[in-house]
Amino acid sequence: MSIVPVKRVYLALEDWLNYSFGAWNPLYHLGTLTFFFFWVVLISGIYLFLFFQGSIDGAYASVERMTHEQWYAAGVMRSLHRYASDAAVGSILLHMFREFALDRHHGARWYSWFTGVPLLWMVVMLGITGYWLVWDQLAQYIAIGSAHLIDVLPIFFGSMTRNFLEGALSDRFFILIEFLHLLGQPMLLVFALWFHVRRLSNVGINPPRGLAIGSFIALLILSLVKPATSHAPADLTIVPQVLNLDWYYLNIYPLLDYWSAGQVWMLTIGVTLLLIVLPWLPPMRTGAAAVVDLKNCNGCKQCFDDCPFDAITVQARTDGARHKQEVVVDPALCAACGICVGSCHSSNPFRKADKELKTGIDMPQFPIHEVRARTDSAVAAMKGEVKILIFGCNHGFDVTGLNRDDTVGITLFCSGMVPPTLIEYALKKGADGVMVAGCRHADCYFRFGNRWMEERLDGVRAPILRSHADHRRITVQGGAATDHKVVKQALAGFREELTKLGESKPVFDKRDEVGESGDA
Amino acid sequence: MLKRYPLQILNYFIFMVLVWYFSAAPAYRHLTEDKAKVVVSFAHAGELREPCRKISDEELAQLSPNMRRPSDCPRERSPVMVELLMDGEPLLSTVAEPPGLFEDGGVDIYLDTIVLTGEHRFTIRMNDSILVKGYNYSHDQTVELVPAQLLYIGFNTEDGFVFK
Repeated sequence: MSIVPVKRVYLALEDWLNYSFGAWNPLYHLGTLTFFFFWVVLISGIYLFLFFQGSIDGAYASVERMTHEQWYAAGVMRSLHRYASDAAVGSILLHMFREFALDRHHGARWYSWFTGVPLLWMVVMLGITGYWLVWDQLAQYIAIGSAHLIDVLPIFFGSMTRNFLEGALSDRFFILIEFLHLLGQPMLLVFALWFHVRRLSNVGINPPRGLAIGSFIALLILSLVKPATSHAPADLTIVPQVLNLDWYYLNIYPLLDYWSAGQVWMLTIGVTLLLIVLPWLPPMRTGAAAVVDLKNCNGCKQCFDDCPFDAITVQARTDGARHKQEVVVDPALCAACGICVGSCHSSNPFRKADKELKTGIDMPQFPIHEVRARTDSAVAAMKGEVKILIFGCNHGFDVTGLNRDDTVGITLFCSGMVPPTLIEYALKKGADGVMVAGCRHADCYFRFGNRWMEERLDGVRAPILRSHADHRRITVQGGAATDHKVVKQALAGFREELTKLGESKPVFDKRDEVGESGDA
Repeated sequence: MLKRYPLQILNYFIFMVLVWYFSAAPAYRHLTEDKAKVVVSFAHAGELREPCRKISDEELAQLSPNMRRPSDCPRERSPVMVELLMDGEPLLSTVAEPPGLFEDGGVDIYLDTIVLTGEHRFTIRMNDSILVKGYNYSHDQTVELVPAQLLYIGFNTEDGFVFK
């Protein structure tokens, strides 16, 4: 399986941070970290607002007082405000890079990507209006630059730039910017954030506590060691010569020294459009959506609980069956992960051993009866002292690369597609051990597949692995596409354990006989 | 687990350095020390392309009372042509066409450039009427430009060109 260079670069970075942070790897919590930085910005901003004087003459002086006279409180708050804002842009950019590198923006997931792009610009514009409020020479530079950009838009009449030349800037204009920065833009941002996560279930807001504390301490130390300062006060009779730009927010302004405002707009709009259309550019993902079979669905809602993309809803029964509810899949939202197949009690392969296995919810391109048939043939074909069957996923390590006489890998859409009873089934059919090799721990391509699967095996999430199954013969190993060494080592270790256990001698008993409902 | 803590501290340090450095660096030089900026900017409506015509008594009589007016003025305005010379050499120039469906709007002029500091003689001139040949507004001024100075040249019909 070839790995695109951008993914290889990302995985190398992830490797390094996994080694340092484990499950707290910041790359796994970029969205929630951005939320956290936003809270820091909000709270520090409210504190600064108490001391800020919102006028042309008073703004700079009030910021200077906060920075120098009250450095221990408002000064630190100002620095936290700036550095947390910068960190937020960094985490947003990394978040985008990660979703792109891991190809998590195609198909049904276009919505989160699509709604995320404007969020980046909203955050940048929020930062820009924040820099205006200091009203130093940097504020003057970006105010005039912004005015240039606005002046070329055909929706405005008159020249905004001339306001700065004629000294016609009034406190009213300043108050407008203050309103935008303190209320209008943050409210719009929160609203847009709500849209951004609307099609996701179990949305996390807070990063792991340790990561949040560590990040905050880092920002606090930075604020104390390198406090944020201002440029000289704004003076509209001069042109600022040297500017210490905040490159996270203000990187577009230097372009105005080389290009016209129209060209800068063209670049900005072009980049934005390119980002927006990325989900529809090749390689396309065309996985068919899950399909519900009411004859085998008892309306237990487990698939509804497990779906990471809110593609499943529950409604009153429509087929006259005795069950009260049924589930419905919205194909537009379905990412075709197959996690619902692993959730469904009817996916039990012990059912209908001599007939085609039908489950309550299934994937048309790789239905559960085919998965069972592949399992049967794989187990039957294996030869050797220790026979290991590996269930892998399309987005983690390529388990078919491990195939040999005594080892066979079967690739599913997601490790969460594996019903626990399928693992037990493979053991009873003759496998000495089963390895489930999903994505890296805490980093499922489909958000929760490996987590749900592990919880099922641990007996804390339905459908659970039955207690009489030989848990010693089951192992879980996460691994990305580049983790050959890690997975091979884990497999060797597992084989050693199984050798010690000896040959598996499973027998089918009455507990494996299940009714048509599928409840094992 | 313990061996992770030094690595975590290292990563937090890298995070701090990245956040701090790009929050104010590298410094960007917007204007070199021996330069100043000249800006020409003003709003102005060009003269009408044709003079107003006095409406005769006969014509007025044919109009309904509420439509009677002393003269008939065409809406179209002339383009505004502006040229700035520094030490006799052309520095900035533009011809702004009047906006609007009937080309009857005022124009907004904005021109800027960076120049060397020192004493310069600036000549700014403007034509705002197609009925006039050459320039109907002109102004000369010598200015000693200092580093980082913003020389703003504005215009209003009462004072003509104004250097600030």
